[in-house]
Amino acid sequence: MKKSILGAATLAVAALTLAACGQAPSDDPTTDGGDGGDTGASEVKACLVSDAGGFDDQSFNQAGFEGLQRAEAELGVEINQIESASDADFAPNIDAMIQEGCTFVIGAGFLLEDAIQSAAEANPEVNFGLVDSGFSDPDFNPVELDNAKPLLFNTAEAAFLGGYVAASMSETGTIATYGGIPIPSVQIFMDGYSDGVDQYNEDTGSDVTLLGWDKEAQTGDFTGDFDNQSNGQNLTTTFLAQGADIILPVAGPVGLGTGAALEANGSGAMIWVDSDGYLTTDYGSLIITSVMKEIGASVFDSIEEQVGGSFSNEPYVGTLENGGVSLAEFHDFEGQVSQEVVDRIAELEEQIISGELVIESPNAP
Amino acid sequence: MTQDEGSRRPDAVEDAPTADRPTGEVGAPDQQPPSTSNALREALQSMMSSSVLVTVGAVVLALVIGSVLILVGDTAVQSTLGYLFQRPGDFFREAGRAISDSYVALFQGAIYDSEATTAERRVRPLTETLTIAVPLIFAGLGIGLTFRVGLFNIGGQSQLVLGAILGAWVGFALDMPPVVHIVVVLFAAALGGAIAGAIPGVLKARFGAHEVITTIMLNNTSRYFLLWVLGTGAFLSATPQVSPGLAETARLPLLLGGSFRLHLGFVLVLLTAFAVWWLMERSVLGFQMRAVGVNPEAARTAGMSVRKITVLAMALAGTLCGLAGAMQVAGTEGRLTGSVYGSIGFDAITVALLGRSRPLGTVLAGILFGALAAGGRIMSSRAGTEAELVTVLQAVIVLLIAAPPLVRSVFRLPAPGGPRTRAKEVAA
Repeated sequence: MKKSILGAATLAVAALTLAACGQAPSDDPTTDGGDGGDTGASEVKACLVSDAGGFDDQSFNQAGFEGLQRAEAELGVEINQIESASDADFAPNIDAMIQEGCTFVIGAGFLLEDAIQSAAEANPEVNFGLVDSGFSDPDFNPVELDNAKPLLFNTAEAAFLGGYVAASMSETGTIATYGGIPIPSVQIFMDGYSDGVDQYNEDTGSDVTLLGWDKEAQTGDFTGDFDNQSNGQNLTTTFLAQGADIILPVAGPVGLGTGAALEANGSGAMIWVDSDGYLTTDYGSLIITSVMKEIGASVFDSIEEQVGGSFSNEPYVGTLENGGVSLAEFHDFEGQVSQEVVDRIAELEEQIISGELVIESPNAP
Repeated sequence: MTQDEGSRRPDAVEDAPTADRPTGEVGAPDQQPPSTSNALREALQSMMSSSVLVTVGAVVLALVIGSVLILVGDTAVQSTLGYLFQRPGDFFREAGRAISDSYVALFQGAIYDSEATTAERRVRPLTETLTIAVPLIFAGLGIGLTFRVGLFNIGGQSQLVLGAILGAWVGFALDMPPVVHIVVVLFAAALGGAIAGAIPGVLKARFGAHEVITTIMLNNTSRYFLLWVLGTGAFLSATPQVSPGLAETARLPLLLGGSFRLHLGFVLVLLTAFAVWWLMERSVLGFQMRAVGVNPEAARTAGMSVRKITVLAMALAGTLCGLAGAMQVAGTEGRLTGSVYGSIGFDAITVALLGRSRPLGTVLAGILFGALAAGGRIMSSRAGTEAELVTVLQAVIVLLIAAPPLVRSVFRLPAPGGPRTRAKEVAA
């Protein structure tokens, strides 16, 4: 026993010794600090605080962090970031960033709303950003803060295109959508989706019906949270029984329940939201396309604005025009979506960008 | 097990000498089943009785082990390792820089930030440390109390959650005059925790269900209960999964003004620690609880109701953990959220072990953990060292506390209780 340990130790030491015989780098002082030319380019120090998902969550936090890294690389700003392990970390983490001298602190996700809001009130000299949520007082009324900028997304524009594609791909003539919780940032997807279906019906004279959302009445189906995937699965099974074949779940990970239900059903497809579901979920083969919020772009753009020397508390609103929202590639469904539809989508996108076509939604930011 | 209750133990952490404390000898080997419970009891006692020097040694050793991890994680240090023999100076310079950067940042984040620009910002880290320590100490006191009754209460989390739910609801739903409101919030939270604590207590006393199992199960139950509660109409606010904010009258007042988070809870927790000390060391109930902890059979023979004491101890622990929940909702957070409890319930177990289940020790251990948590943020953002290092430090400290002979042999500390105990420890 002892001997074998000794043997192993000898081997390990030998290996380490050999590994340590490499060539030392030359002492040329010019080699380090090559990017020192950036200093003084701006006084902005942009910092990101994650929610409990962490920066490797394939979603909000990761996308925001990528935007932050892009700002460091392209704008030469100083950055810093910190991960929260629980809700109780939000306030101290935001404060740690302020302590670190950050001039712009971004909270990734609506859960940080209260923490960002109180930090903004307590630190008027620091600017703040909040991804995907505005600020409100205890009575649900929206409030504006001089030094805090909501980063919002007019996802109705991209969801409109998604609804058009879904309607064109439906074989049964019935498609469906549902949300996680009835809040504006969810319902806006459903509004755009609904309009996209109407546009398709108008263009082609067909009669595709949408289940799960009534835009006029602003009522529809919701699972109740962003956690319980079995609720998403049950609701999808109900939709399938009602003849729907393409589903748009606007419920974060609950949408994975739709994937499971479609897989069990053997037919049907879905449209993902927020990120490109083909890349981020296991149900890529069932995902026609995704209605994406480009959170990285919003983070980058809001930092760029400040590097330019200005800060406004006007919300950043992601649109098709500024690339803040978009429709993902078709991936596996490339070729199944007819060329006519692809062309029409491009045409509609251009009309939306030019302002010729406006997607109205009571939930628009 | 170690019987280091000998006279030469340096007892600085102890509040007062307790002449009447029975020695481990009383818990003689030939006891009746359940045996797992006994083994656990012995392990608990040996953990609790490790001396102050061992505790300090464990912290120092953990920092040393942490340094190694810092070196492993530092890319600059790694690149100098490649040519260690050609220019060893580089390695030692980089290693020194990496370690001192990390620990200096840890200190700056926990005690005094010499790099901050304003005086407020310079002293803020210490207040943060104390703020984070408050719920840890509350829950640590609760867990430590059950340890001394021989119960391994893993349910700090569930007791904290139930306390937080009740406390928060009373805080935002009821309309009361200023001072009364906060008192009612604290009572509600204590009640919630007491219920969550009493359930495993009754299950243990009445049906013999092991408290480790039941408390762990309750932790999960309470977590999902909290998520469900947050979805109900009574807890609905503008933000999903977040309750309405507590009324101003229900919030614990800030001690140092608006720019610091330190709240009245810090004073309350010190008073509570004193109360727990009095309860355990000076009251009849405390004596009974300690007696049950050392040897339930003997306590029963002496006419004490072990069942009653078990339920009471669990409920008391729940009360303290529930108050920890109140510190979160009425102190720092101001609202109930889906993960308001963090890992306080689990960290509190560590705090209680490190504090050797004594109130003063728990207060000091809680402040140490608060310092590590507060410092970890600055360490990760300033020195780039992973914040997880703090978790590793905490874990290593506990591992070492649980293995006193290891720490003693590293630092060549004398084994208390003479050669007989030493032989026993080595055998164990």
